[in-house]
Amino acid sequence: MGVHNQRRVYGETLVELGRENNNIVVLEADLGKSTMSCLFQNEFPERYFEMSIAEANMVSFAAGLSLTGKIAFVNTFAVFASGRPFDQIRQGVCIGRLNVKIIGSSAGLSDFGDGATHQSVEDIAIMRAIPNMTVIALCDGIETEKAVRAIAKYDGPVYMRLSRNDLEDIFPEDQEFVIGKPVVLKDGTDIAIFAMGTMVGPALKAAAELEKEGISARVINVSTLKPIDDNEIINLARGMKGVITAEEHSYIGGLASVVTYALRNTPVPFEAVAINDCFGQSAESHQELLDYFGLNSEGIIRKARLILGA
Amino acid sequence: MMNCSVEELKKKAKSIRLNIVKMVGPGKAGHFGGSCSLAEIVSVLYFRKMRHYPEDPKWEDRDRLILSKGHGAIVQYAALAMCGYFPMDELWNLKKLGSMLQGHPDMKKTPGIEANTGSLGQGLSISCGIAAGAKLDGKDYKVYCIVGDGETAEGQIWEAAMAASFYKLDNLVGILDCNRIQATGPIAERFDINPVKEKWLAFGWHVIEIDGHDVEQIISALDQADKVTGKPTMIIAHTVKGKGIPFAENTAAFHNGIMTREQYETACLALMD
Repeated sequence: MGVHNQRRVYGETLVELGRENNNIVVLEADLGKSTMSCLFQNEFPERYFEMSIAEANMVSFAAGLSLTGKIAFVNTFAVFASGRPFDQIRQGVCIGRLNVKIIGSSAGLSDFGDGATHQSVEDIAIMRAIPNMTVIALCDGIETEKAVRAIAKYDGPVYMRLSRNDLEDIFPEDQEFVIGKPVVLKDGTDIAIFAMGTMVGPALKAAAELEKEGISARVINVSTLKPIDDNEIINLARGMKGVITAEEHSYIGGLASVVTYALRNTPVPFEAVAINDCFGQSAESHQELLDYFGLNSEGIIRKARLILGA
Repeated sequence: MMNCSVEELKKKAKSIRLNIVKMVGPGKAGHFGGSCSLAEIVSVLYFRKMRHYPEDPKWEDRDRLILSKGHGAIVQYAALAMCGYFPMDELWNLKKLGSMLQGHPDMKKTPGIEANTGSLGQGLSISCGIAAGAKLDGKDYKVYCIVGDGETAEGQIWEAAMAASFYKLDNLVGILDCNRIQATGPIAERFDINPVKEKWLAFGWHVIEIDGHDVEQIISALDQADKVTGKPTMIIAHTVKGKGIPFAENTAAFHNGIMTREQYETACLALMD
Protein backbone atom coordinates (compact mmCIF):
# COMPACT_ATOMS: atom_id res chain seq x y z
CA MET A 1 0.00 0.00 0.00
CA GLY A 2 1.22 3.41 -0.88
CA VAL A 3 0.85 6.71 0.82
CA HIS A 4 -0.42 9.92 -0.76
CA ASN A 5 -1.10 13.44 0.33
CA GLN A 6 -4.54 14.71 -0.69
CA ARG A 7 -3.32 18.28 -1.10
CA ARG A 8 -0.55 17.29 -3.47
CA VAL A 9 -2.78 14.93 -5.44
CA TYR A 10 -5.35 17.71 -5.67
CA GLY A 11 -2.80 20.24 -6.92
CA GLU A 12 -1.39 17.82 -9.48
CA THR A 13 -4.83 16.81 -10.72
CA LEU A 14 -5.77 20.45 -11.07
CA VAL A 15 -2.75 20.98 -13.32
CA GLU A 16 -3.79 18.01 -15.47
CA LEU A 17 -7.31 19.37 -15.70
CA GLY A 18 -5.88 22.77 -16.60
CA ARG A 19 -4.07 21.17 -19.54
CA GLU A 20 -7.26 19.47 -20.69
CA ASN A 21 -9.62 22.39 -20.22
CA ASN A 22 -8.91 26.09 -20.74
CA ASN A 23 -11.95 27.00 -18.66
CA ILE A 24 -10.42 25.80 -15.41
CA VAL A 25 -9.46 28.80 -13.27
CA VAL A 26 -8.02 28.77 -9.76
CA LEU A 27 -8.35 31.32 -6.98
CA GLU A 28 -6.29 31.42 -3.83
CA ALA A 29 -6.25 33.40 -0.58
CA ASP A 30 -2.52 33.55 0.08
CA LEU A 31 -2.19 29.89 1.13
CA GLY A 32 -1.18 28.48 -2.24
CA LYS A 33 1.95 26.78 -1.01
CA SER A 34 -0.13 24.89 1.54
CA THR A 35 -3.28 24.19 -0.47
CA MET A 36 -0.97 23.25 -3.39
CA SER A 37 -2.85 25.51 -5.76
CA CYS A 38 0.68 26.86 -6.39
CA LEU A 39 1.23 23.95 -8.78
CA PHE A 40 -1.47 25.39 -11.03
CA GLN A 41 -0.01 28.87 -10.63
CA ASN A 42 3.37 27.66 -11.89
CA GLU A 43 1.91 26.25 -15.08
CA PHE A 44 -1.03 28.58 -15.78
CA PRO A 45 -0.25 31.96 -14.21
CA GLU A 46 -2.82 33.71 -16.44
CA ARG A 47 -5.62 31.49 -15.13
CA TYR A 48 -4.53 31.75 -11.52
CA PHE A 49 -5.94 34.53 -9.35
CA GLU A 50 -4.09 35.37 -6.17
CA MET A 51 -6.91 37.03 -4.24
CA SER A 52 -4.84 37.85 -1.19
CA ILE A 53 -6.24 37.59 2.32
CA ALA A 54 -9.80 38.47 1.34
CA GLU A 55 -11.95 35.36 1.20
CA ALA A 56 -15.31 37.08 0.76
CA ASN A 57 -14.20 38.88 -2.39
CA MET A 58 -12.50 35.70 -3.61
CA VAL A 59 -15.72 33.69 -3.55
CA SER A 60 -17.86 36.38 -5.21
CA PHE A 61 -15.08 36.98 -7.78
CA ALA A 62 -15.16 33.24 -8.51
CA ALA A 63 -18.93 33.48 -8.96
CA GLY A 64 -18.31 36.21 -11.55
CA LEU A 65 -15.73 34.10 -13.37
CA SER A 66 -18.18 31.19 -13.46
CA LEU A 67 -20.75 33.52 -15.05
CA THR A 68 -18.37 33.76 -18.01
CA GLY A 69 -18.26 29.98 -18.36
CA LYS A 70 -15.21 29.29 -16.21
CA ILE A 71 -14.94 26.39 -13.78
CA ALA A 72 -13.65 28.16 -10.71
CA PHE A 73 -11.71 26.32 -7.99
CA VAL A 74 -11.50 28.41 -4.82
CA ASN A 75 -8.82 27.54 -2.30
CA THR A 76 -8.13 28.21 1.34
CA PHE A 77 -8.22 26.29 4.61
CA ALA A 78 -11.51 24.48 5.27
CA VAL A 79 -12.26 26.55 8.35
CA PHE A 80 -11.99 29.78 6.34
CA ALA A 81 -13.50 28.39 3.13
CA SER A 82 -16.70 27.35 4.90
CA GLY A 83 -16.82 30.03 7.55
CA ARG A 84 -15.64 33.43 6.38
CA PRO A 85 -17.44 33.57 3.01
CA PHE A 86 -20.55 31.66 4.08
CA ASP A 87 -22.84 34.43 2.87
CA GLN A 88 -20.98 34.85 -0.41
CA ILE A 89 -21.29 31.10 -1.05
CA ARG A 90 -24.96 31.08 -0.10
CA GLN A 91 -26.08 34.22 -1.93
CA GLY A 92 -23.76 34.58 -4.87
CA VAL A 93 -22.93 30.97 -5.67
CA CYS A 94 -25.63 28.59 -4.45
CA ILE A 95 -28.85 30.50 -5.15
CA GLY A 96 -27.72 30.87 -8.75
CA ARG A 97 -26.31 27.30 -8.74
CA LEU A 98 -23.03 28.55 -10.18
CA ASN A 99 -20.12 26.37 -11.19
CA VAL A 100 -17.82 27.19 -8.29
CA LYS A 101 -15.81 24.59 -6.39
CA ILE A 102 -14.90 25.53 -2.84
CA ILE A 103 -11.90 23.47 -1.73
CA GLY A 104 -11.46 23.33 2.03
CA SER A 105 -7.84 22.41 2.67
CA SER A 106 -6.29 21.30 5.98
CA ALA A 107 -9.74 20.13 7.05
CA GLY A 108 -10.79 18.64 10.36
CA LEU A 109 -8.02 18.59 12.94
CA SER A 110 -5.32 18.02 10.33
CA ASP A 111 -3.76 21.45 10.88
CA PHE A 112 -2.85 20.04 14.29
CA GLY A 113 -0.35 22.66 15.40
CA ASP A 114 -2.38 25.77 14.65
CA GLY A 115 -5.19 25.01 17.08
CA ALA A 116 -8.91 25.72 17.20
CA THR A 117 -8.82 28.80 14.93
CA HIS A 118 -7.42 26.75 12.04
CA GLN A 119 -9.24 23.45 12.55
CA SER A 120 -12.65 22.79 11.04
CA VAL A 121 -15.04 20.68 13.07
CA GLU A 122 -18.22 22.07 11.51
CA ASP A 123 -17.44 22.81 7.83
CA ILE A 124 -19.50 19.90 6.52
CA ALA A 125 -22.48 20.96 8.64
CA ILE A 126 -22.32 24.55 7.38
CA MET A 127 -21.99 23.59 3.74
CA ARG A 128 -24.60 20.80 3.87
CA ALA A 129 -27.17 23.27 5.11
CA ILE A 130 -27.04 25.34 1.91
CA PRO A 131 -29.49 24.30 -0.83
CA ASN A 132 -27.88 23.33 -4.16
CA MET A 133 -24.52 22.59 -2.52
CA THR A 134 -22.77 19.26 -3.07
CA VAL A 135 -20.51 18.25 -0.17
CA ILE A 136 -17.60 15.86 -0.45
CA ALA A 137 -14.90 14.43 1.87
CA LEU A 138 -12.35 11.92 0.64
CA CYS A 139 -10.66 8.91 2.21
CA ASP A 140 -7.28 9.05 0.46
CA GLY A 141 -5.24 10.37 -2.45
CA ILE A 142 -6.56 7.90 -4.99
CA GLU A 143 -10.14 8.92 -4.34
CA THR A 144 -9.08 12.58 -4.35
CA GLU A 145 -7.82 12.41 -7.91
CA LYS A 146 -11.01 10.75 -9.10
CA ALA A 147 -13.18 13.18 -7.16
CA VAL A 148 -11.41 16.31 -8.44
CA ARG A 149 -12.03 15.10 -11.97
CA ALA A 150 -15.66 14.30 -11.18
CA ILE A 151 -16.44 17.68 -9.63
CA ALA A 152 -14.78 19.48 -12.54
CA LYS A 153 -17.22 17.69 -14.87
CA TYR A 154 -20.21 18.40 -12.64
CA ASP A 155 -21.89 21.73 -13.40
CA GLY A 156 -22.76 23.27 -10.03
CA PRO A 157 -21.44 24.33 -6.65
CA VAL A 158 -19.33 21.88 -4.67
CA TYR A 159 -17.63 22.02 -1.30
CA MET A 160 -14.79 19.51 -1.01
CA ARG A 161 -12.66 19.11 2.10
CA LEU A 162 -9.09 17.81 2.00
CA SER A 163 -6.86 16.56 4.79
CA ARG A 164 -3.46 18.10 5.33
CA ASN A 165 -1.44 15.00 6.13
CA ASP A 166 -0.32 11.88 4.28
CA LEU A 167 -2.86 9.08 4.12
CA GLU A 168 -2.50 5.41 3.25
CA ASP A 169 -4.10 4.33 -0.02
CA ILE A 170 -7.49 2.73 0.49
CA PHE A 171 -9.74 3.48 -2.46
CA PRO A 172 -9.59 0.76 -5.14
CA GLU A 173 -7.81 2.04 -8.26
CA ASP A 174 -10.44 0.44 -10.47
CA GLN A 175 -13.40 1.84 -8.48
CA GLU A 176 -15.21 4.68 -10.23
CA PHE A 177 -15.95 7.78 -8.15
CA VAL A 178 -19.56 8.79 -8.58
CA ILE A 179 -20.92 11.87 -6.80
CA GLY A 180 -23.61 10.74 -4.36
CA LYS A 181 -22.57 7.10 -4.35
CA PRO A 182 -21.26 5.46 -1.15
CA VAL A 183 -18.80 2.62 -1.74
CA VAL A 184 -18.59 -0.61 0.28
CA LEU A 185 -14.91 -1.22 0.92
CA LYS A 186 -15.36 -4.33 3.03
CA ASP A 187 -18.49 -6.38 3.38
CA GLY A 188 -19.86 -7.77 6.63
CA THR A 189 -23.04 -8.99 8.25
CA ASP A 190 -23.22 -7.81 11.90
CA ILE A 191 -22.66 -4.07 11.88
CA ALA A 192 -22.39 -1.34 9.30
CA ILE A 193 -19.67 1.25 9.77
CA PHE A 194 -20.31 4.35 7.68
CA ALA A 195 -17.06 6.29 7.58
CA MET A 196 -16.09 9.63 6.09
CA GLY A 197 -12.73 10.90 4.87
CA THR A 198 -9.85 10.30 7.22
CA MET A 199 -11.91 7.90 9.37
CA VAL A 200 -12.28 5.33 6.59
CA GLY A 201 -8.78 3.96 7.27
CA PRO A 202 -9.43 3.50 11.01
CA ALA A 203 -12.83 1.96 10.17
CA LEU A 204 -11.16 -0.69 8.02
CA LYS A 205 -8.62 -1.34 10.76
CA ALA A 206 -11.41 -1.64 13.32
CA ALA A 207 -13.28 -4.05 11.06
CA ALA A 208 -10.20 -6.27 10.81
CA GLU A 209 -9.84 -6.29 14.61
CA LEU A 210 -13.55 -7.00 15.12
CA GLU A 211 -13.29 -9.91 12.70
CA LYS A 212 -10.88 -11.55 15.17
CA GLU A 213 -13.59 -11.26 17.83
CA GLY A 214 -16.11 -12.87 15.54
CA ILE A 215 -17.85 -9.63 14.66
CA SER A 216 -18.41 -9.09 10.96
CA ALA A 217 -18.40 -5.44 9.97
CA ARG A 218 -19.34 -3.81 6.68
CA VAL A 219 -17.29 -0.68 6.02
CA ILE A 220 -18.83 1.96 3.78
CA ASN A 221 -16.92 4.96 2.48
CA VAL A 222 -19.37 7.86 2.39
CA SER A 223 -17.52 10.53 0.45
CA THR A 224 -20.57 12.46 -0.74
CA LEU A 225 -22.36 13.91 2.27
CA LYS A 226 -24.84 15.65 0.01
CA PRO A 227 -26.68 14.76 -2.13
CA ILE A 228 -27.16 11.23 -0.88
CA ASP A 229 -30.02 8.82 -1.39
CA ASP A 230 -31.57 7.77 1.93
CA ASN A 231 -32.53 4.43 0.39
CA GLU A 232 -28.89 3.70 -0.33
CA ILE A 233 -28.10 4.05 3.37
CA ILE A 234 -31.19 2.08 4.40
CA ASN A 235 -30.14 -0.76 2.09
CA LEU A 236 -26.58 -0.78 3.35
CA ALA A 237 -27.82 -0.92 6.97
CA ARG A 238 -30.49 -3.55 6.30
CA GLY A 239 -30.23 -6.68 8.46
CA MET A 240 -27.45 -5.20 10.60
CA LYS A 241 -27.47 -5.44 14.40
CA GLY A 242 -26.07 -1.96 14.64
CA VAL A 243 -24.84 1.08 12.74
CA ILE A 244 -21.80 3.24 13.52
CA THR A 245 -20.69 6.44 11.87
CA ALA A 246 -17.09 7.65 12.01
CA GLU A 247 -15.99 11.16 11.04
CA GLU A 248 -13.38 13.79 11.84
CA HIS A 249 -16.13 16.37 12.36
CA SER A 250 -18.73 17.35 14.90
CA TYR A 251 -21.58 14.88 15.29
CA ILE A 252 -23.81 17.88 14.51
CA GLY A 253 -24.53 18.21 10.82
CA GLY A 254 -21.97 15.73 9.54
CA LEU A 255 -22.09 12.04 8.70
CA ALA A 256 -23.90 11.11 11.93
CA SER A 257 -26.69 13.51 10.93
CA VAL A 258 -26.80 12.13 7.39
CA VAL A 259 -27.07 8.52 8.49
CA THR A 260 -29.43 8.95 11.45
CA TYR A 261 -31.78 11.00 9.30
CA ALA A 262 -31.75 8.37 6.57
CA LEU A 263 -32.45 5.67 9.15
CA ARG A 264 -35.14 7.67 10.97
CA ASN A 265 -37.72 4.93 10.39
CA THR A 266 -35.30 2.03 10.87
CA PRO A 267 -35.11 0.67 14.41
CA VAL A 268 -31.41 -0.14 14.57
CA PRO A 269 -28.97 0.66 17.40
CA PHE A 270 -26.73 3.58 16.45
CA GLU A 271 -23.46 5.03 17.76
CA ALA A 272 -21.35 7.88 16.44
CA VAL A 273 -17.59 8.33 16.52
CA ALA A 274 -17.28 12.08 16.06
CA ILE A 275 -16.20 15.27 17.74
CA ASN A 276 -18.52 15.99 20.63
CA ASP A 277 -19.54 19.59 19.88
CA CYS A 278 -16.25 21.16 20.93
CA PHE A 279 -13.34 22.97 19.30
CA GLY A 280 -9.97 21.42 18.57
CA GLN A 281 -6.68 22.55 20.10
CA SER A 282 -2.98 22.48 19.31
CA ALA A 283 -1.06 19.22 19.48
CA GLU A 284 2.24 17.85 18.23
CA SER A 285 0.70 15.56 15.64
CA HIS A 286 -2.58 14.94 13.87
CA GLN A 287 -2.69 11.43 15.32
CA GLU A 288 -2.27 12.76 18.84
CA LEU A 289 -5.37 14.92 18.37
CA LEU A 290 -7.37 12.14 16.74
CA ASP A 291 -6.51 9.84 19.66
CA TYR A 292 -7.41 12.58 22.15
CA PHE A 293 -10.87 12.83 20.62
CA GLY A 294 -11.27 9.05 20.27
CA LEU A 295 -11.24 9.32 16.49
CA ASN A 296 -9.42 6.05 15.85
CA SER A 297 -9.99 2.35 15.34
CA GLU A 298 -10.14 1.77 19.10
CA GLY A 299 -12.95 4.31 19.32
CA ILE A 300 -14.89 2.51 16.62
CA ILE A 301 -14.29 -0.90 18.24
CA ARG A 302 -15.57 0.41 21.58
CA LYS A 303 -18.79 1.58 19.95
CA ALA A 304 -19.19 -1.74 18.15
CA ARG A 305 -18.86 -3.65 21.40
CA LEU A 306 -21.29 -1.24 23.05
CA ILE A 307 -23.92 -1.88 20.39
CA LEU A 308 -23.45 -5.63 20.30
CA GLY A 309 -23.09 -6.00 24.07
CA ALA A 310 -19.85 -7.83 23.42
CA MET B 1 -29.44 47.79 -29.13
CA MET B 2 -31.04 51.16 -28.63
CA ASN B 3 -29.77 54.64 -29.16
CA CYS B 4 -32.28 56.97 -27.56
CA SER B 5 -31.81 60.73 -27.65
CA VAL B 6 -31.34 62.78 -24.50
CA GLU B 7 -34.97 63.86 -24.61
CA GLU B 8 -36.16 60.29 -25.10
CA LEU B 9 -33.98 59.12 -22.22
CA LYS B 10 -35.51 61.72 -19.91
CA LYS B 11 -38.95 60.39 -20.85
CA LYS B 12 -37.79 56.82 -20.33
CA ALA B 13 -36.58 57.71 -16.84
CA LYS B 14 -39.97 59.16 -16.05
CA SER B 15 -41.71 56.04 -17.38
CA ILE B 16 -39.38 53.87 -15.33
CA ARG B 17 -40.44 55.77 -12.21
CA LEU B 18 -44.10 55.46 -13.07
CA ASN B 19 -43.71 51.73 -13.61
CA ILE B 20 -41.91 51.46 -10.26
CA VAL B 21 -44.86 53.14 -8.55
CA LYS B 22 -47.39 51.03 -10.42
CA MET B 23 -45.65 47.69 -9.94
CA VAL B 24 -45.42 48.15 -6.18
CA GLY B 25 -48.82 49.80 -5.88
CA PRO B 26 -50.44 51.24 -2.76
CA GLY B 27 -50.40 49.38 0.54
CA LYS B 28 -47.32 47.31 -0.22
CA ALA B 29 -43.71 47.86 0.71
CA GLY B 30 -41.24 48.74 -2.02
CA HIS B 31 -37.71 50.11 -2.25
CA PHE B 32 -38.79 53.35 -3.91
CA GLY B 33 -35.98 55.54 -2.63
CA GLY B 34 -32.90 53.80 -3.96
CA SER B 35 -34.69 52.76 -7.13
CA CYS B 36 -35.89 56.21 -8.16
CA SER B 37 -32.44 57.66 -7.53
CA LEU B 38 -31.24 55.40 -10.36
CA ALA B 39 -33.90 56.01 -13.02
CA GLU B 40 -31.77 58.21 -15.31
CA ILE B 41 -28.66 56.07 -14.91
CA VAL B 42 -30.49 52.83 -15.68
CA SER B 43 -32.30 54.52 -18.53
CA VAL B 44 -29.06 55.66 -20.17
CA LEU B 45 -27.47 52.24 -19.70
CA TYR B 46 -30.29 50.19 -21.19
CA PHE B 47 -31.64 52.59 -23.78
CA ARG B 48 -28.42 54.02 -25.13
CA LYS B 49 -25.11 52.86 -23.77
CA MET B 50 -25.17 49.11 -23.39
CA ARG B 51 -24.80 46.67 -26.25
CA HIS B 52 -27.53 44.13 -25.68
CA TYR B 53 -30.35 42.31 -27.39
CA PRO B 54 -33.39 41.74 -25.16
CA GLU B 55 -34.51 38.93 -27.47
CA ASP B 56 -31.19 37.16 -26.83
CA PRO B 57 -30.45 37.85 -23.14
CA LYS B 58 -27.54 35.37 -23.04
CA TRP B 59 -25.73 36.81 -26.08
CA GLU B 60 -22.15 36.31 -25.01
CA ASP B 61 -20.80 39.67 -26.15
CA ARG B 62 -23.47 41.71 -24.35
CA ASP B 63 -22.53 44.43 -21.91
CA ARG B 64 -23.53 43.43 -18.39
CA LEU B 65 -25.25 45.42 -15.66
CA ILE B 66 -24.99 44.09 -12.13
CA LEU B 67 -27.04 45.79 -9.45
CA SER B 68 -24.87 45.29 -6.40
CA LYS B 69 -27.45 47.23 -4.41
CA GLY B 70 -29.95 44.51 -5.20
CA HIS B 71 -32.75 46.15 -3.22
CA GLY B 72 -33.10 48.52 -6.17
CA ALA B 73 -34.36 45.60 -8.26
CA ILE B 74 -37.59 47.36 -9.29
CA VAL B 75 -35.75 50.03 -11.28
CA GLN B 76 -34.02 47.28 -13.24
CA TYR B 77 -37.25 45.30 -13.66
CA ALA B 78 -39.00 48.36 -15.09
CA ALA B 79 -36.17 48.96 -17.56
CA LEU B 80 -35.90 45.30 -18.56
CA ALA B 81 -39.63 45.09 -19.24
CA MET B 82 -39.58 48.35 -21.21
CA CYS B 83 -36.68 46.97 -23.28
CA GLY B 84 -38.64 43.81 -24.00
CA TYR B 85 -36.82 41.21 -21.90
CA PHE B 86 -40.23 40.07 -20.68
CA PRO B 87 -43.82 41.29 -21.07
CA MET B 88 -44.80 44.44 -19.18
CA ASP B 89 -47.57 42.42 -17.53
CA GLU B 90 -44.95 40.55 -15.51
CA LEU B 91 -44.34 43.78 -13.58
CA TRP B 92 -47.74 43.45 -11.96
CA ASN B 93 -46.72 40.07 -10.51
CA LEU B 94 -43.84 41.59 -8.56
CA LYS B 95 -43.02 39.56 -5.43
CA LYS B 96 -46.07 37.33 -5.87
CA LEU B 97 -45.60 33.61 -5.17
CA GLY B 98 -44.09 31.99 -8.25
CA SER B 99 -43.30 35.32 -9.93
CA MET B 100 -40.24 35.77 -12.11
CA LEU B 101 -39.73 39.08 -10.33
CA GLN B 102 -38.35 38.39 -6.85
CA GLY B 103 -37.80 40.94 -4.11
CA HIS B 104 -34.13 40.92 -5.05
CA PRO B 105 -32.52 40.08 -8.41
CA ASP B 106 -32.51 36.38 -9.30
CA MET B 107 -30.61 35.40 -12.44
CA LYS B 108 -32.35 32.03 -12.59
CA LYS B 109 -35.82 33.54 -12.69
CA THR B 110 -35.56 36.83 -14.58
CA PRO B 111 -34.27 37.27 -18.15
CA GLY B 112 -31.67 40.05 -18.20
CA ILE B 113 -30.59 39.64 -14.59
CA GLU B 114 -26.92 38.67 -14.54
CA ALA B 115 -26.28 37.63 -10.93
CA ASN B 116 -27.95 37.08 -7.59
CA THR B 117 -27.47 40.17 -5.50
CA GLY B 118 -29.16 41.65 -2.49
CA SER B 119 -26.81 40.66 0.28
CA LEU B 120 -24.91 43.94 0.10
CA GLY B 121 -21.26 44.26 -0.81
CA GLN B 122 -21.04 41.27 -3.13
CA GLY B 123 -22.05 42.54 -6.55
CA LEU B 124 -18.88 44.53 -7.14
CA SER B 125 -16.78 41.41 -6.51
CA ILE B 126 -18.99 39.40 -8.85
CA SER B 127 -18.59 42.14 -11.46
CA CYS B 128 -14.81 41.98 -11.03
CA GLY B 129 -14.95 38.23 -11.70
CA ILE B 130 -17.01 38.75 -14.85
CA ALA B 131 -14.62 41.47 -16.04
CA ALA B 132 -11.64 39.17 -15.38
CA GLY B 133 -13.41 36.37 -17.28
CA ALA B 134 -14.00 38.72 -20.21
CA LYS B 135 -10.30 39.52 -20.32
CA LEU B 136 -9.37 35.80 -20.26
CA ASP B 137 -11.73 35.28 -23.19
CA GLY B 138 -10.42 38.29 -25.11
CA LYS B 139 -13.93 39.79 -25.11
CA ASP B 140 -14.46 43.54 -25.22
CA TYR B 141 -17.81 43.81 -23.47
CA LYS B 142 -18.21 46.15 -20.50
CA VAL B 143 -19.30 45.26 -17.02
CA TYR B 144 -21.34 47.97 -15.28
CA CYS B 145 -21.91 47.66 -11.58
CA ILE B 146 -24.19 49.90 -9.54
CA VAL B 147 -23.16 50.23 -5.92
CA GLY B 148 -25.10 52.04 -3.20
CA ASP B 149 -23.34 54.65 -1.13
CA GLY B 150 -24.65 53.04 2.05
CA GLU B 151 -23.41 49.73 0.70
CA THR B 152 -19.81 50.92 0.85
CA ALA B 153 -19.89 50.34 4.60
CA GLU B 154 -19.49 46.67 3.66
CA GLY B 155 -15.81 45.76 3.87
CA GLN B 156 -16.08 43.50 0.84
CA ILE B 157 -16.59 46.56 -1.39
CA TRP B 158 -13.03 47.60 -0.57
CA GLU B 159 -11.69 44.09 -1.12
CA ALA B 160 -13.26 44.29 -4.58
CA ALA B 161 -11.89 47.80 -5.07
CA MET B 162 -8.36 46.48 -4.48
CA ALA B 163 -8.92 43.41 -6.67
CA ALA B 164 -10.25 45.51 -9.58
CA SER B 165 -7.28 47.86 -9.67
CA PHE B 166 -4.77 45.06 -9.03
CA TYR B 167 -6.11 43.12 -12.01
CA LYS B 168 -6.35 46.33 -14.08
CA LEU B 169 -10.00 45.75 -14.90
CA ASP B 170 -10.52 48.67 -17.26
CA ASN B 171 -13.57 46.87 -18.66
CA LEU B 172 -15.31 47.42 -15.33
CA VAL B 173 -17.29 50.60 -14.66
CA GLY B 174 -18.72 51.15 -11.21
CA ILE B 175 -21.51 53.63 -10.62
CA LEU B 176 -21.87 54.82 -7.05
CA ASP B 177 -25.43 55.91 -6.30
CA CYS B 178 -24.77 58.67 -3.79
CA ASN B 179 -28.24 59.43 -2.51
CA ARG B 180 -26.81 60.04 0.98
CA ILE B 181 -29.51 58.15 2.84
CA GLN B 182 -29.54 54.54 4.02
CA ALA B 183 -32.40 52.48 5.49
CA THR B 184 -32.63 54.24 8.83
CA GLY B 185 -31.31 57.71 8.07
CA PRO B 186 -28.47 59.83 6.70
CA ILE B 187 -25.31 57.88 5.90
CA ALA B 188 -23.11 60.62 7.35
CA GLU B 189 -24.74 60.01 10.74
CA ARG B 190 -23.85 56.33 10.60
CA PHE B 191 -20.52 55.52 8.98
CA ASP B 192 -19.50 58.66 7.15
CA ILE B 193 -18.23 57.36 3.83
CA ASN B 194 -16.65 60.69 2.89
CA PRO B 195 -14.39 61.67 1.30
CA VAL B 196 -15.76 59.37 -1.39
CA LYS B 197 -13.74 60.57 -4.36
CA GLU B 198 -10.43 60.42 -2.52
CA LYS B 199 -11.17 56.89 -1.29
CA TRP B 200 -11.73 55.49 -4.78
CA LEU B 201 -8.73 57.38 -6.12
CA ALA B 202 -6.62 55.93 -3.34
CA PHE B 203 -7.80 52.45 -4.27
CA GLY B 204 -6.46 52.95 -7.78
CA TRP B 205 -9.63 53.77 -9.69
CA HIS B 206 -10.28 56.43 -12.29
CA VAL B 207 -12.98 58.63 -10.77
CA ILE B 208 -15.62 60.77 -12.47
CA GLU B 209 -18.11 62.83 -10.48
CA ILE B 210 -21.51 63.72 -11.94
CA ASP B 211 -25.08 64.73 -11.23
CA GLY B 212 -26.75 61.34 -11.45
CA HIS B 213 -30.01 62.81 -12.73
CA ASP B 214 -28.40 64.74 -15.60
CA VAL B 215 -28.72 62.49 -18.63
CA GLU B 216 -26.05 64.33 -20.62
CA GLN B 217 -23.56 64.05 -17.76
CA ILE B 218 -24.30 60.33 -17.42
CA ILE B 219 -23.72 59.75 -21.12
CA SER B 220 -20.52 61.74 -21.11
CA ALA B 221 -19.17 59.93 -18.02
CA LEU B 222 -19.90 56.50 -19.50
CA ASP B 223 -18.23 57.52 -22.76
CA GLN B 224 -15.22 58.83 -20.85
CA ALA B 225 -14.97 55.49 -18.99
CA ASP B 226 -14.60 53.73 -22.35
CA LYS B 227 -11.33 55.56 -22.91
CA VAL B 228 -9.75 54.69 -19.55
CA THR B 229 -7.10 52.00 -19.78
CA GLY B 230 -5.27 50.00 -17.14
CA LYS B 231 -7.66 50.77 -14.30
CA PRO B 232 -11.34 50.50 -13.43
CA THR B 233 -13.59 53.56 -13.42
CA MET B 234 -15.92 54.68 -10.65
CA ILE B 235 -18.62 57.17 -11.59
CA ILE B 236 -19.71 58.95 -8.44
CA ALA B 237 -23.30 59.90 -9.17
CA HIS B 238 -24.85 62.44 -6.83
CA THR B 239 -28.53 61.62 -6.69
CA VAL B 240 -31.70 62.30 -4.76
CA LYS B 241 -33.22 59.40 -2.92
CA GLY B 242 -36.81 58.89 -4.07
CA LYS B 243 -36.31 61.36 -6.95
CA GLY B 244 -39.49 62.14 -8.84
CA ILE B 245 -41.93 60.98 -6.17
CA PRO B 246 -42.59 64.23 -4.27
CA PHE B 247 -43.21 62.74 -0.81
CA ALA B 248 -40.42 60.16 -1.15
CA GLU B 249 -37.58 62.54 -2.00
CA ASN B 250 -34.70 62.83 0.45
CA THR B 251 -36.28 60.69 3.13
CA ALA B 252 -35.39 57.36 4.67
CA ALA B 253 -39.11 56.65 5.10
CA PHE B 254 -39.32 55.46 1.50
CA HIS B 255 -36.09 53.47 1.47
CA ASN B 256 -38.49 50.57 1.77
CA GLY B 257 -41.83 52.28 2.25
CA ILE B 258 -45.54 51.78 1.81
CA MET B 259 -47.64 54.30 -0.12
CA THR B 260 -51.16 55.11 0.95
CA ARG B 261 -53.80 55.21 -1.77
CA GLU B 262 -53.58 59.03 -1.78
CA GLN B 263 -49.80 58.95 -2.04
CA TYR B 264 -50.06 56.44 -4.88
CA GLU B 265 -52.32 58.79 -6.79
CA THR B 266 -50.07 61.76 -6.07
CA ALA B 267 -47.06 59.81 -7.34
CA CYS B 268 -48.82 58.68 -10.50
CA LEU B 269 -49.98 62.23 -11.24
CA ALA B 270 -46.46 63.59 -10.75
CA LEU B 271 -44.98 61.01 -13.11
CA MET B 272 -47.56 60.98 -15.89
CA ASP B 273 -46.94 62.97 -19.04
